[in-house]
Amino acid sequence: MTTANESIRLAIDGMRCAGCVASVEKALRAIPGVAEANVNYASRTAEVSGNAEIAILLAAVGKAGYQASEIIDEETADSEKEAAEHAHYRLLMRKSWFALAVAIPALAFGFPAMLDDAIPHALMQEASPVLALLTLAVMLYSGPQFFVGAWKSLRNHTATMDTLIALGMAAAWGYSLTVTAAPQLFPAGTAEPFWDVIAVVIGLVVLGQALEMRARGRTSEAVKRLIGLKPKTARVVRDGQEIDIPLAEVRVGDTLRVRPGEKIAVDGVLIEGHSSVDESMLTGEPMPVEKQIGGEVAGGTLNKSGTFLFSATRVGKDTALSRIVDMVRQAQGAKPAIGRLADTVSAWFVPAVLIVAVVTFVIWFNIGPEPQLNFAMVAAVTVLVIACPCALGLATPMSVMVGVGKAAEHGILIRNGDALQQAGNLTTVILDKTGTVTMGKPAVTSLIPAAGRDTVGLLHLAASLEAGSEHPLAEAVLNAAKGHDLTLLPVQNFQAVAGQGVHGEVDGKHVRFGNYKFMEEHGIDCTALHAQAQQSAARAETPMFLAVDGVLAGIVAVADPIKPDSKTAIARLHALRIKVVMLTGDNAATAHAVAKQVGIDAVFAEVLPQDKDKQVAELIARGEKVGMVGDGINDAPALARADVGFAIGTGTDVAIESADVTLMSGSLHGVPNAIAISRATVRNIRQNLFGAFIYNVLGIPIAAGIFYPIFGLLLNPMIAGAAMAMSSVTVVSNAGRLRWFKP
Amino acid sequence: MSIFVTLGGIAAIVLIIWWFWLSKPKATHMEAQQTIDILVKDGTYQPAALEVPAGQALTLHFTRHDATPCAEKVVFSDLGISAELPLGKPTTVNLPALKPGEHEFTCQMGMYRGRLIAT
Repeated sequence: MTTANESIRLAIDGMRCAGCVASVEKALRAIPGVAEANVNYASRTAEVSGNAEIAILLAAVGKAGYQASEIIDEETADSEKEAAEHAHYRLLMRKSWFALAVAIPALAFGFPAMLDDAIPHALMQEASPVLALLTLAVMLYSGPQFFVGAWKSLRNHTATMDTLIALGMAAAWGYSLTVTAAPQLFPAGTAEPFWDVIAVVIGLVVLGQALEMRARGRTSEAVKRLIGLKPKTARVVRDGQEIDIPLAEVRVGDTLRVRPGEKIAVDGVLIEGHSSVDESMLTGEPMPVEKQIGGEVAGGTLNKSGTFLFSATRVGKDTALSRIVDMVRQAQGAKPAIGRLADTVSAWFVPAVLIVAVVTFVIWFNIGPEPQLNFAMVAAVTVLVIACPCALGLATPMSVMVGVGKAAEHGILIRNGDALQQAGNLTTVILDKTGTVTMGKPAVTSLIPAAGRDTVGLLHLAASLEAGSEHPLAEAVLNAAKGHDLTLLPVQNFQAVAGQGVHGEVDGKHVRFGNYKFMEEHGIDCTALHAQAQQSAARAETPMFLAVDGVLAGIVAVADPIKPDSKTAIARLHALRIKVVMLTGDNAATAHAVAKQVGIDAVFAEVLPQDKDKQVAELIARGEKVGMVGDGINDAPALARADVGFAIGTGTDVAIESADVTLMSGSLHGVPNAIAISRATVRNIRQNLFGAFIYNVLGIPIAAGIFYPIFGLLLNPMIAGAAMAMSSVTVVSNAGRLRWFKP
Repeated sequence: MSIFVTLGGIAAIVLIIWWFWLSKPKATHMEAQQTIDILVKDGTYQPAALEVPAGQALTLHFTRHDATPCAEKVVFSDLGISAELPLGKPTTVNLPALKPGEHEFTCQMGMYRGRLIAT
């Protein structure tokens, strides 16, 4: 239940005068459980303390005629989390030092046994009851969490690492106490307690947990860095005055001023001035982006040169930055298929280890060397202590945390664990042409009239017809018409045929404008301009034909410039041994001309939008692992059909929920970057899983004494404890190495 | 003596197999409209087994009192949902309508385990 058990802050909208303050306060104070409610008119906030449910508070304010929302300050929440983690780390360290301090006298006590009675045994025997108390203190201060956890899980019919440690330590302590209290029960010279094992193992395991915690903090650095992008305050213009207010209090519709070198507080639209903005922290794109009036700006990005005013459109958890943080966090909790094996194993693991410990004890008790009981006890405790389910459990999530964070640093948002794993397995990448390989901003490059027609008339008809179209090429024609100051003519009976063109009545004539296929299907003879159309296509232009009353009137050639870095990105994909295919609705000649310029291996041209996903399915059916890169809106079915769909963004204004992987920057380099990060992450997971499996598969039999009959080797439980503590730390540290990976 | 130890060992193994693998804890019955509070404490989810109605969206409220970093995320892997659980602060997790059957929720390491039994 979400309650205001501490002081919480609400943002109140709709207050117009001081009288409103009183009515909001009254509404809040009337709620049972509210101890105090104070409304600040200047900042439009309310401070509420008590234990009322937040939902009830919001409803009460709503009923009074205002709107309220909870102010969540992520940065404060994050620093609280950090403080809590640090406090827990210090507690673990204190617990560890106490256990290790007790270990010193306990080890000294164990020396006679270790040194084969070089020190008289009886001399040390007197200290045994004292050590019983000291190690009991270790269990009660340094290790109660193992015992409580073991008991609670036992009641839930589950077993965890706590179960192993608690059982091992309880057995060691109980045995040592019996040996101390009743040595006569054991054959002479065999009554050997092992107090040292208890202190050393608990000390080292707790130390391992503390170190693991430190290392884990570093695995979520990427999210911390993203949250850290938000400025603490924003300069808002209210009632004609500029005031600095906390970020959490900025509302939609507020006007904010940004000066050179300052961070932009929230998302919005520029309403005065112009500037260039560094968006690299969100998109990975190093070049600053020019912003004019009407341009969108994103919270967390950096204003470089000019001063401007913008109107806030998204604040709090709705900003692009907050949505990115949410998505990264969500993806960090995801499990790729590779990690599911470890999950299955870990569910069976601990009870299996318990069985191995019992079998070990029984075997050595029956056939072991003298003193059998001591020998069996040491071996069984060592089995319990060496087994490390945590290393197995940590192997995948730690690498995923770092890998997903690393991707976010490069402006790549990975939606789920499977996308993270699959991206590295791709064999073919399909690129949409317009807006992916090319800029997606086509311009008219030539006008070729048929005999008896003129260029301006040709453009005039084409532009008039295209005024109702939403196709990207239409924009190019309309821009060209604007450049010629043409007044568009009215159009009747307008119709668009997807993937082919448009037609309608202009000035009493039937005008048809579209690709060659469109003309061919309607029996329009294009032979007169065939050569010019081919030459145009060979220059990577898209020739579009215009026919008036069934007769060809000319060609409007449009070219979409290739993105400057498409060629190098495609070369990188080839270096990763990935075939690159282009899929486009454009004509074959233009598509091939573009493909040749950037080094694409194969082209599927003249594909209708509704057939794009079929081409993807066909490649998948041929056994290829297919990644599809498109704009995320027009290519949505093809992106969904592909093994991994990459939505390529246009800066921060991107539908980040639309695909498996979202590339915030418009650069194609995001694709090889994502693939390289995926491969590095999966490699890292494999190393971790291999390490954790091998450690347990070798460690447990060695602990059980498998080498004793051959080499006379029996592992000391203290060494087992150290190995166990280090195995988790090793896994987390290995995952941490991914932070240095450069795609 | 050794025969007793051997028999004791066999009995212990049978007990381990039965308790951890064959028997399951009783699930607490919940209605969809009810507030479902789950504590994350002492290495476990409390309650760890919940019987919930299938086909209805659910809201779970997790409160973590366990500072172990393992517990900081709860993962519903078959639903593709995960949530961060800040220490001591109730966190709401909204689940879509569940298909009948068992849906497990775990910590990231799969050590803390809980089940929703949708009926």
